[in-house]
Amino acid sequence: MSIARRRFDCLVIGAGGGGLRAALQLAQADAHVAVVSKVFPTRSHTVAAQGGMNAALGNVLPDSWLWHMYDTVKGGDYLGDQDAIEYMCQEAPRLVIELEHYGVPFTRLDDGRIYQRKFGGQSQNFGGEQAARTCAAADRTGHAILHALYQQNIRVRTHFFDEYFAVDLLRDEEGYVLGALVLEIETGEALIIEARTTLIATGGAGRIYRTGTNALINTGDGMAMALRAGIPLEDMEFIQFHPTGIAGFGMLITEGARGEGGYLVNAAGERFMERYAPHAKDLASRDVVSRAIAIEIREGRGCGPRKDHVLLRLDHLPAEVIKARLPGIRETAMRFAHVDPVEKPIPVSPSLHYMMGGIPTNRFGQVVVPEHHGPEEPVPGLYAAGECACVSIHGANRLGGNSLLDIVVFGRAAGERMVEYLAENPYHRPLDAQSVERAMDRLTRWDLPGDGEAVDVLGEELRRTMEQYCGVFRTQDVLDEGVRRVVAISERLADARLADRSRVFNTARIEAMELENLVEVALATVVSAAARTESRGAHSREDYPQRDDLRWLRHSLYYRSGRRMDYKPVRMKPLTVDSFPPKQRIY
Amino acid sequence: MKFSIYRYNPQTDAAAYMQDYKLDEDHGAVMLLDALLLLKAQDSSLSFRRSCREGVCGSDAMNINGRNGLACITPLQALAQPVVLRPLPGLPVIRDLVVDLSQFYRQYREVKPWLVNHDPEPEIERLQTPEERDRLDGLYECILCACCSTACPSFWWNPDRFLGPAALLQAWRFIADSRDQATGQRLDDLEDPYRLFRCHTIMNCTDVCPKGLNPSRAIGHIRQMLLGRIL
Repeated sequence: MSIARRRFDCLVIGAGGGGLRAALQLAQADAHVAVVSKVFPTRSHTVAAQGGMNAALGNVLPDSWLWHMYDTVKGGDYLGDQDAIEYMCQEAPRLVIELEHYGVPFTRLDDGRIYQRKFGGQSQNFGGEQAARTCAAADRTGHAILHALYQQNIRVRTHFFDEYFAVDLLRDEEGYVLGALVLEIETGEALIIEARTTLIATGGAGRIYRTGTNALINTGDGMAMALRAGIPLEDMEFIQFHPTGIAGFGMLITEGARGEGGYLVNAAGERFMERYAPHAKDLASRDVVSRAIAIEIREGRGCGPRKDHVLLRLDHLPAEVIKARLPGIRETAMRFAHVDPVEKPIPVSPSLHYMMGGIPTNRFGQVVVPEHHGPEEPVPGLYAAGECACVSIHGANRLGGNSLLDIVVFGRAAGERMVEYLAENPYHRPLDAQSVERAMDRLTRWDLPGDGEAVDVLGEELRRTMEQYCGVFRTQDVLDEGVRRVVAISERLADARLADRSRVFNTARIEAMELENLVEVALATVVSAAARTESRGAHSREDYPQRDDLRWLRHSLYYRSGRRMDYKPVRMKPLTVDSFPPKQRIY
Repeated sequence: MKFSIYRYNPQTDAAAYMQDYKLDEDHGAVMLLDALLLLKAQDSSLSFRRSCREGVCGSDAMNINGRNGLACITPLQALAQPVVLRPLPGLPVIRDLVVDLSQFYRQYREVKPWLVNHDPEPEIERLQTPEERDRLDGLYECILCACCSTACPSFWWNPDRFLGPAALLQAWRFIADSRDQATGQRLDDLEDPYRLFRCHTIMNCTDVCPKGLNPSRAIGHIRQMLLGRIL
């Protein structure tokens, strides 16, 4: 069978903020770059980010990148790699300024500088007073950044393959990544994109759960591609539940709502965060606030007829503040919860939001795996950035405002390192026929005729299983049962068939391949969670309530083959400053 | 609940047709997109775009009971039955509710939608007063859903020559930005009998915009600036 082929220097899979920032770096270095995205770039999930992007500009309150670094290390419950965190926090101010120069319409202070708001887990002077570090464009910062990055890419004439679905990576016997097999959704035709370097920037996999803040496209495609290419996933047990999703729907209400002065109350009208985090209160880090809400609900202090949510109060704030700084969440609250936060509190509950884990990389965006020489050997030609990657800067719990920062810092870093790789590797390596065949099998498997289970039934079962067996609070029995159930779903998926096998814009086919990816990622998550017998950050084990630094201050690595676990040390040594040793975490 | 949905698969259908669908009364769907997802579970061949399900990505624009809108933020309750769903008007249909937006995106690129500033890059942000920044409100929030342009008769009649409200809103977004220095060039590019002046202020664009933006007013501002240059 002959498959159409295109050749580029670089392939970027995913057109959210991470992919677009990398593509811009590459295009500006005169590399020939192809960006493949299953949706038109501005529909990527970065668009939904609300509150802002952290950088120690100190425009509103005194700040320093070292304080930002401390907060990030502590927020991640000491599982983050401190070299990468130092790099990110040092680079942050320069990259926000760069985005401003690209045209991002940041909200402004009276003196014309960028407005910064308070966010969770932020402090001055290593745990002191609240800091204001989050640069915001109202509550549509992700939208503003994504559109500006797309506009800059149009300016430099980046080559976009819009609505192409990446099927699998192509990798040769020696381990070099040679590009990817992709599917043009409009025609249903396969295409081989050969590239000397490939960046995975495909975002998270929030759709392994039923409700959450995530878009329907967040199906972990890049993570699953990495797994199938023999690459492990790191720290997949750490899943962030955002404290304030609209109850019953999951739509995000930014932490910026609490940053602007909002607070949570239970059925008794009590401002309960004072009990859980006496100092930071509602602006403790997300794992702390989400757990507090879950406990309030579990102990019967939830609101509403089913006592299944708490209330986020903003009605004490001046209406102008809400209208100017939180217009987007006001619109969403009115639309989905039928309340105007100017007048009434918003019903909220913890909602699945973000994956701290992902494809293991170093601070240059290189994908690194334990091979022959130590635990972090680069996979030649392969890079990853953004939510699909695990650098790890977020450790066991991400701070609000650090993910928009993550994507631009490490999108750029990956782009820079890819340019170097291009100089060192001037030629395309020969295409590996076996690898193409394997990727094509994954595609053509869905052409099999006959009856089989329906994809959407299995998908629904997966999402319910994950919600029930791998939620906020975890125990061994429940997790083990979760593993059994997800394994069973993955076996049944092999017998699923498509009713519609047509070519043109067949979204059923895409959804089937997305579900395969979700199942891979769900397995990685629940297996990693069952293996970690401690509580750290977002991973909360009721049977092991304490953090156990002696045994567990290490990163998990999950391999698809045999569902095997491996571990690697945390990089505790920063680049230039002293290490922040693990301490008890109090907010 | 009853639906009548435009169906067309170029591989199997000689012509487009309307297909009836039904949901049980206890369907539990709140927004139109929820209902479409349930219908797709019944009939996996039904095709439409969707992503964020909260009105910020602009994927699921379609013609709903004769009016363009986003399925994910259209409450079912308010819709007359049968709910008639068609693809956005005036663009080639790829399949079912999926239209070919290449022309719409080309028009967007044509207005050079990026900030132009020739000054040396300062080491800090380019300063902008809150008042200057306020002028971008109602402009930068566009999600490129194409509801406006595909509701515009001038766009239907001259899709190759008139830029359409979405692109013109973006043109104004950069002209209105105190940091942008390409106003003259941008106005030159729009001074043409068709590109901007085919707008007949019918205001369908403003009427249908799911984000409550006002492309018609933006076009008016550009028109005024162009006239101001002549006078």
